[in-house]
Amino acid sequence: MAKTTGKNIDIKVDYVTRVEGHGNIVANVKNGKIEKCEFHVVETPRLFEGMLRGRSIFEAQHITSRICGICSCGHSLASIAAAEDALGVVPTEQTIKLRKLMLDYEFLDSHVLHAFLLVAPDALGVPSFVPLVKTHNQTVRQILRLKKAVNDCCDILLGRHIHPITAIVGGWTKLPRQKDLDAQIKIMEGMTAELEPLLKLAKTLKLPDFTRETEYVALVSDDGEYPLLSGDIGSSDGKRVSRKEYRKSTNEFIDPRSSAKWTKWNRESLFVGALARFNLNYDKLHPKAKAYAKEIGLKPVCHNPFMNTMAQVVETIHCYYHALGILKDLRKNGLDYSQEITVGVNEKGAVPVRAGDGVGSVEVPRGILHHNYVTDENGLIKQANCIIPTNQNVNNIEHDFAKFLPEILHMKQDDIRLRLEMLVRAYDPCISCSAHYLDVTFVE
Amino acid sequence: MKTAKKPVKTPAKAPKAAAKPKVAFFDFACCEGCQLQITNLGETLLDILGAVDVVEFREAISEKWDKDYDVVFIEGSIGDHHAEERLKKIRARAKVLIAYGSCATIGGVNGMKNSFELDEIRRSVYGKDYKLFDSTPTKAVHQVVKVDYFINGCPVYGPEILEVIKHALRGLPYTVPDNPVCAECKLNENVCMYERGIACLGPWTRAGCNSWCVNNGNICYGCRGEVSNPSKAAQDVISKYKLKPELIKNKFDMYNKCKENDKSEKGK
Repeated sequence: MAKTTGKNIDIKVDYVTRVEGHGNIVANVKNGKIEKCEFHVVETPRLFEGMLRGRSIFEAQHITSRICGICSCGHSLASIAAAEDALGVVPTEQTIKLRKLMLDYEFLDSHVLHAFLLVAPDALGVPSFVPLVKTHNQTVRQILRLKKAVNDCCDILLGRHIHPITAIVGGWTKLPRQKDLDAQIKIMEGMTAELEPLLKLAKTLKLPDFTRETEYVALVSDDGEYPLLSGDIGSSDGKRVSRKEYRKSTNEFIDPRSSAKWTKWNRESLFVGALARFNLNYDKLHPKAKAYAKEIGLKPVCHNPFMNTMAQVVETIHCYYHALGILKDLRKNGLDYSQEITVGVNEKGAVPVRAGDGVGSVEVPRGILHHNYVTDENGLIKQANCIIPTNQNVNNIEHDFAKFLPEILHMKQDDIRLRLEMLVRAYDPCISCSAHYLDVTFVE
Repeated sequence: MKTAKKPVKTPAKAPKAAAKPKVAFFDFACCEGCQLQITNLGETLLDILGAVDVVEFREAISEKWDKDYDVVFIEGSIGDHHAEERLKKIRARAKVLIAYGSCATIGGVNGMKNSFELDEIRRSVYGKDYKLFDSTPTKAVHQVVKVDYFINGCPVYGPEILEVIKHALRGLPYTVPDNPVCAECKLNENVCMYERGIACLGPWTRAGCNSWCVNNGNICYGCRGEVSNPSKAAQDVISKYKLKPELIKNKFDMYNKCKENDKSEKGK
């Protein structure tokens, strides 16, 4: 690297923008030698796991949904799964079907926001979507209409998308009527007007060419469905464990340099998220999602973390058709409305309670999410543990930095900074979620 | 809870296009869902963007601003020393400050932290290294700096966001509704949760959400804060349904634990 000999750079990005939560990048190079290239998390610790102690297991969904506004449906579903596992409640087929629909909506909403509104400005060379309002007005409108459409579907099914109301331990407080299903189908079918041009646009996004082999971790299953709501924890390094053994796949450890809690499994770091799911479960994607992946040249196993964004676009297509399938199936076969329940804190004993230790592992837009609750015989939470996708990825981001920075060191400092930010953004980190994080010391 | 006391003066002339109000969003300890509610407004967002200059909004844009702000939205509650200092600096540069969402207006779910001894809860989550992380008892925004407008809710309710933005931009006071959720719930013809044998915080909680949760078959969790004078109706509910006061208190603590900070301030 002759060009970089003697080069000095000093990058400190306070609060990476267009990500959820607060994270900083610190990179120092002296005389062409990298001294430091780190990603720091600086979110105020919110201590959710501590606060849950003593609360009713029937309140866990409501509380943990508030870990993150973007991921509130995902947290709700992981929380419900963990609570039902602890209580020994087995959800009905109808309940599961509706939960899958809820998760599809979560993916659609989150991926559209991330891939189009937050990442596209990088590809188009502007600081945010605001300048795009002038230069790409139609595109911005399409994105906002699409987001609003998903949001409207969530309003019907869940009461609202952010902090859903109707999905609880034991089932649903309100089930969609025929007219509600019709309305959702109509909105979904109308979405193609926005989705088609955006999918076309996404094909033109130019993302950096960078590869680093790593371990991809996602839910895996033996049936033919792309596993999002349930399954075992699988790895591209050939390992598979049940959700009860989630700690084996997350192995939290404290890195002395940054004092953040990191994870690894079978090698130095691991990757969770859309690209991990794509790499492990490609065969189970909807044919239209696979066709799109083929068109853009995305094949498993892809080792370019920037392509996580494109894997999100592929999943957007998958979830769109999967959701539409569930809606049409429900409209055709009808629902059993006697399953509507309101539980509160179970004052009426509607759900049998026992002491237990339950785990819920669910794929959420940013990767695999684990909730684990230990409850007493009255259904009060004694211990809680939530392992968030972003926590699992931070270690991998830093390993990417270590390989990526030398490859771009010949660039100007501002271009290096932008590319490091883009790399962080590619992971779609959700730092508010990181209830589990340790704080870090600022390097001044 | 206070409402706006000193609204900004409305300019005599309509502001020129170049003088659109400078608006900024700042988030503290929270889930950032209330910021997201803004993007969920869909194309209405573009109408708002046409009326103001959004100069900082870290979750959505990269632009930064180093001058004064006309209107700032503060999301999240205050739970460490750094946050408290940062909030005071923002207040010093802001003509109008809006506490946005439950975490900001009443402390919200973060307040549950205050039910525990601080070192104990930190140790329970972070183990022996807990001292690496600064943490202070949770405070609502008005418990640190002066607040001009309150937008309650977890999350905030779309129609109310627009209402308060309109008031704030015109310099008009906005009064947060001070009747209980039950008033809206009855109009929506929901079956009372108490009649279904389940305790609900509707009788204690400020309206303005159009009884969002009960319309969808769930209970009210009290996310919009307590009405100023809950005593009569709430006492009636407690005696009629033979409720244990500690059940209600415990439910109330999920969002409203920080109210105790107001009381302790008054006591001084």
